[in-house]
Formats: sequence, structure tokens, C-alpha cells
Amino acid sequence: MKELILLFIGSALVNNFLLARFLGICSFLGVTSQLRAAVSMGVAVTGVMFGASTVSWLLYAYVLDPLGLQYLQYVVFILVIASMVQALEQVIKARMPGLYRAFGIYLPLITTNCAILGVALLVVQNEYNLLSSIVFALGGGAGFTLAMAMMAGLREEFRPREIPHAFRGTGIGLVTAGIMSLAFLAFSGMIPM
Amino acid sequence: MSRLRETWNTFTEGFIRQTPPLFTALGLCPALAITTSAANGLVMGLSTTAVLVGSAVMALAIRNVVPKQVRIPVYTVGIATMVTVVDFLLEGLLPEIHALLGLFIPLIIVNCIVLGRVEAAFTRMKPMPALGDAFGYGLGFTWALTLIGIIREVMAAGTIFGARVMPVGFTAWQIMRTPPGAFLTMAFLFALIQTVRMQSAKRRDRRAAEQTQAQAA
Repeated sequence: MKELILLFIGSALVNNFLLARFLGICSFLGVTSQLRAAVSMGVAVTGVMFGASTVSWLLYAYVLDPLGLQYLQYVVFILVIASMVQALEQVIKARMPGLYRAFGIYLPLITTNCAILGVALLVVQNEYNLLSSIVFALGGGAGFTLAMAMMAGLREEFRPREIPHAFRGTGIGLVTAGIMSLAFLAFSGMIPM
Repeated sequence: MSRLRETWNTFTEGFIRQTPPLFTALGLCPALAITTSAANGLVMGLSTTAVLVGSAVMALAIRNVVPKQVRIPVYTVGIATMVTVVDFLLEGLLPEIHALLGLFIPLIIVNCIVLGRVEAAFTRMKPMPALGDAFGYGLGFTWALTLIGIIREVMAAGTIFGARVMPVGFTAWQIMRTPPGAFLTMAFLFALIQTVRMQSAKRRDRRAAEQTQAQAA
């Protein structure tokens, strides 16, 4: 149990997907102008991370590995993710049309969010068992949502006039991310590596 | 426009005019993650170029047989196959750098630059310009990653491609090797580019104003 808690904290805070592993930077800079949309995106990504890593883990452990087809993992994982995002898109479109419009192009782009393929590949690479993979994916998703919410919360407080011209747009987002990432470095003391 | 001219134009678009990640904010994940040294940036850029060119050739070859509606899953599988090949090649040829780049080699599959260029090759470009386009974006990405790698390596270790360039007394900025260093380097590069762009826009405006004045006179 203690190990699983440590794994969760490690994946959420110490090795935060956005601020330490640089996975999913596009949505970090693209969908963080409003807090609500940012948190919804974080939750959607967490859901896909959980689903995709679980299905990928099962496929790897019960199909690819026993048949000696490990080299097909990239092809198989990306197909799993693409179909999962497509399914999620249909559900959101039917049940939550408002949210569907707010996400816009960023919803189908979840497929190309590196965080998701990243988590699927990491659980295989780190040789986690099924339970650890789930904890790792949920921790990663929680950390992703947290960083998205922090970024959006900060951005809502920006006063564009006070930002130097040179840094308007992506620049100020990256400076903010840098300072947040600096703060997150402090978490690395929490877990003996 | 002649075919050669068109190919050259599509090449320079990615290579110098729209170079990602500096002039178009695409492909930021690898640009932040693996640019801890010039060599890493170079190898990552060349691997991306190889995947990009291979996938563009594949897209051109299959675009007349694959229906439009299913093109995205089909060429994604093609890209994933190219990446698998590049991954094994790197593992065999440059095992140390392969280990450092780690996860970011398979993540070329979801690189927006690759997906965007393959989509363009599949849907609307003629073969030669499409190849020029793939090489242009690939090699543009390569020089940009190498440049970011050089900046971070000089500050973090005082070396370029492992060769010492800073004086002996230079204190290495450890921060440049870490994630915050990556974010801040990119932030200042973007600020620099934006400043240069604003300056040249201002100059253009001034020249246009002078011209209209001259015409009025």
C-alpha cells in the first residue's frame, strides 16, 4: 500500500507529466486561458490516460509479449488511443454539447497528446503490474490536471497590458511554466529515488 | 511556376520561414525535453527528419488507394512503423544517445509537425514539392533543436558537442540542465524572436509611410 501511495505521489508531483517530463505541452499552453476548460481537459486526459494505459497493458501482457510481437507495441498503442479518443468524442458530443464546443479542435487532438502515448509506453517500459499501472496513470492524470488548473488560474489573473511586448503570447506562458516547474523541483526531495 | 521553383519554395517554408518550434510553436515537447545537449538535439532532429521523409513517401504512395475517410488511422500506423524502424536503428547504432532520448523517440508518432506534413502530402501536394516540404520541416526542426541544445549545453556545461568553449573559471549553470531551464530558455528565445519581428514590422510600416508621403509630394 505504501509503495502505491509513493508511486501515485511520484507520478503526480515529483515527475509531473507537464512540468518535469514535458509530456502534453501543447494543451498546457493551448487550453489554459480559462480555468473551467483547463480542468475539463485535465479530466478528459486523465480518463483517456487511464483507459489507454490499462488496455495497452493488457494487450502487451496477454497478446504482444507471449507472441513475441513486442516490436508492434507502438503501432498497437497508437491505435488503442486513437479509437478511445474517438469514442470519448462521440460521448461528449452527444451528452455535453457545450463542453464539446469549448474543447473545439483540442478534443480530437488528445490523440496526439504525448502524455497519453507516454503513459502507455512508460507502464510497459517500467514493467509495472496492472495495479501499479492504474495507480501510475491516475497519478499522472491528477498531476496533469493540477498543473493545467494552476496554469489557467494564473493566466486568468494576467493583465495583458502589464506584460512586456516581447513576452506576450507563448513567451509569458513558458516563463510561468518555468517558475512552476522550479517550484515542483522541490518535490523531488519527498521521495528517495 | 516551374516544378523546381515550387519544390524549393516548399523546402524553404519549413526550413527557414516557418521553422518549428521557433517560428511556429509546434513540437514543443521534444524541444523542451531532449535539448540538454547539442548532440541530443541533432540526433532527435535527424530521427524526426527520417520519420517525416519516410512517412511522406508512404503517404504519396498510398494516397490513391486509401479512401479519404480512413486516411488518418492508416497513415498514423505508417508513421508508427517508420518510428519503430528508426527506434531500432538508433538502438543499434547510437545506444548511448538512444538511452538519453528514451521515450521521445516513440513519441515522434504523435509529433504534430510529422502529422501535419503527412496530412499535407496525402491530401494536396504534388510529389516533388511534398518531398521538399518534408525535408524542409525536418531539417528546419533539426537546426532549431541543435541550436537550443547548443545554448543549453554552453550554459549547463560550458561545452558544445562535448568540446570545451567557456574559460576554465566558468561556473556551470546547473539549472539549464533541468526542466525549469528548458522552459526559460524557450521563453527567452520566443521573446527574442518576437522582438525582432516587431522591429522589422515597425521598419516596414515606416518605409510604407515614407513612400506614401513621397507619392503625395
